[in-house]
Amino acid sequence: MSQSVYTMGIDIGSTATKGVILKDGSEIVGKIVIDVGAGTSGPKRAVEGILEQAGLAREDIQYVMATGYGRNALEIADFQMSELSCHARGAYFLFPHVHTIIDIGGQDAKALKIGDGGVLDNFVMNDKCAAGTGRFLDVIAHVLEVDVSELEELDAKSQNDVAISSTCTVFAESEVISQLAQGTKIEDIVKGIHSAIASRVGSLAKRVGIQDDVIMTGGVALNQGMVRALEANIGHSIHTSELCQLNGALGAALFGYQKYQNKAKKEARQAK
Amino acid sequence: MAKKVLEKIPGITPRPVEGHKPAAAVLRGVVDAVYGDAWDAKQRGELVGWSSSKFPIELAKAFDLQVVYPENHAATTAAKKDGLRLCNTAEDMGYDNDICGYARISLAFAAGEPTDARKMPQPDFVLCCNNICNMMTKWYENIARIHNIPMIMIDFPFQNTKDVSEEKIDYMVGQFEHAIHQLEELTGKKFDEEKFNAACDVANRTAAAWLKACSYMAYKPSPLSGFDLFNHMADIVAARCDVRAAEGFELLAEEFEQSVREGTSTWEYPEEHRILFEGIPCWPALRPLFEPLKNAGVNVTAVVYAPAFGFQYDGIREMAAAYSKAPCSVCIEDGVEWRETMAKENGISGALVNYNRSCKPWSGAMPEIERRWKEDLDIPVVHFDGDQADERNFSEEQYKTRVQGLVEIMDERKEAREAAGEEVYTNFDNTKPTDWSKPTI
Ligand code: SF4
Repeated sequence: MSQSVYTMGIDIGSTATKGVILKDGSEIVGKIVIDVGAGTSGPKRAVEGILEQAGLAREDIQYVMATGYGRNALEIADFQMSELSCHARGAYFLFPHVHTIIDIGGQDAKALKIGDGGVLDNFVMNDKCAAGTGRFLDVIAHVLEVDVSELEELDAKSQNDVAISSTCTVFAESEVISQLAQGTKIEDIVKGIHSAIASRVGSLAKRVGIQDDVIMTGGVALNQGMVRALEANIGHSIHTSELCQLNGALGAALFGYQKYQNKAKKEARQAK
Repeated sequence: MAKKVLEKIPGITPRPVEGHKPAAAVLRGVVDAVYGDAWDAKQRGELVGWSSSKFPIELAKAFDLQVVYPENHAATTAAKKDGLRLCNTAEDMGYDNDICGYARISLAFAAGEPTDARKMPQPDFVLCCNNICNMMTKWYENIARIHNIPMIMIDFPFQNTKDVSEEKIDYMVGQFEHAIHQLEELTGKKFDEEKFNAACDVANRTAAAWLKACSYMAYKPSPLSGFDLFNHMADIVAARCDVRAAEGFELLAEEFEQSVREGTSTWEYPEEHRILFEGIPCWPALRPLFEPLKNAGVNVTAVVYAPAFGFQYDGIREMAAAYSKAPCSVCIEDGVEWRETMAKENGISGALVNYNRSCKPWSGAMPEIERRWKEDLDIPVVHFDGDQADERNFSEEQYKTRVQGLVEIMDERKEAREAAGEEVYTNFDNTKPTDWSKPTI
């Protein structure tokens, strides 16, 4: 009887660590999000937590693939790949018609162009400034004294859009403070912030060339206010999944499965 | 973790041409000699000038003047990791962090901030022209002001058409005549036509040898890496009219020829991929720039910056036309054609672009040029934030991710093309050789 093959993908971002365990390259048997990333205890906790959840030991995992900003530091990984390819692969698994991916991560925003069959065709990333990244939202949420998870709800309440023109984190912070001083409602500021990010990230997507289906991945995709703002900016509807934050880790686990299979095939050829 | 680091292929190190030193060592010696000559001249009480890299230096050579090059000096200072200190000094003097890093380093040095990166005498006059960029005019004006010395300026109007018109040539030749007059006043000598013609002959010989050396990147595998050319650029900038540079480049071309015959290369790694590198390298970060490429077997076989210094011409009018062309001073149609032709000639399958924060003219046109590459050549193009001199504007980690993404795309495409029995690199159809300085009058 052939045994099941388990592969693990660990996506170590700048602000969170995500993990997925796949059985036979198709069934998710473990998933985890730890809210600290590279250089913290996050990666170790993610690996331990996800193994426990799936009731498996490290030895049961045939292939561990690391991705994300902290990918080079994961000792137990068999291989590492960029989060670009992993996001492409993960999104293709979830949405077979994907052609454009917009991913807003902790310190990067990127737009990926996906060819038929889910291959990464091209990508554009933000410059090193934090404008248009998850970090930007964190800073603004802090100024507004709300949790990032509340942004979606606040956005939905807004009746008036206020224009926040700057996407520089520091400048936007002072713009927000001055809006607050003028008595502008928090929900309108939140909506304005979402539009500001959307215009920044939308232009990345336009540069890479937008084609349906458009998928948004990364933790920020959980915020439907942000998704709506982006849809309005790019003029395309955007699909998300509840697994969007795990998308990079899922792609990594899928690549792990592919690598495992290639290796197995090679070994079988050599044995002949 | 299994981290892929490519091993050198044993036994393919190139050897020097029989009876000669390695060309790289010869060429290093030539630049040192140029700066040494300038020091000697200074010591003898002769005039020494600072020149912008694309000033028609043949004019000054007719007067036997010694000149050195602030851009080259700044690049060396940055490569030796002393650029940031000088940038800071310039900023303390009031120069903005947003202006070109070469200018900041040079202005700090001109104002007396010492650096051991390369010994360069202070100037008695400056030679400036704006065929490189307009920012340069202000930079050299300020040097002239700091030292209270004459500035000889030649205005090259931006090349917004593919052809250089007769009127423009008239305008530029008029300025050459005025510059000659200023040089006569400066030196108290008469313009020596014979010396001028001799300087032009050497400049043409140097350019021909340089372009020939650059052309060896077309071989598969290439006998060199484009990064080598960056190292040799000091000569084509600082020693164009020096017969020692012509000889050095001829030797370099001979060495590449020998490498092709013997299957050796300065790129001693498997050539998994070949790419075009656009822009000036980040001099303080050459290693971080090179390592991720090397580890993935990515050889740079097309660089726009290097051959753009090979001016070939016949007579003063063609010289004016040739000097009016530089990577950031030509219209976008020419810019695209230069680069795409080079991409095809040198067989690449991807491109990496430095969005140079120091150099606005260079970076300004890149998004459109990049878009055309994707469309016309169907290659993945990836850009990163960099700076040729100011290390604060380059993030190694972000660069690595972008390179890895590029390599992963090229890997996928290579596999698919190989499986379909197709040529992996940009095809050679309809390629006509790039004539970098083709005078179009
Ligand atoms: S690097 Fe750019 S801005 Fe600086 S001198 Fe050269 S062309 Fe001008």
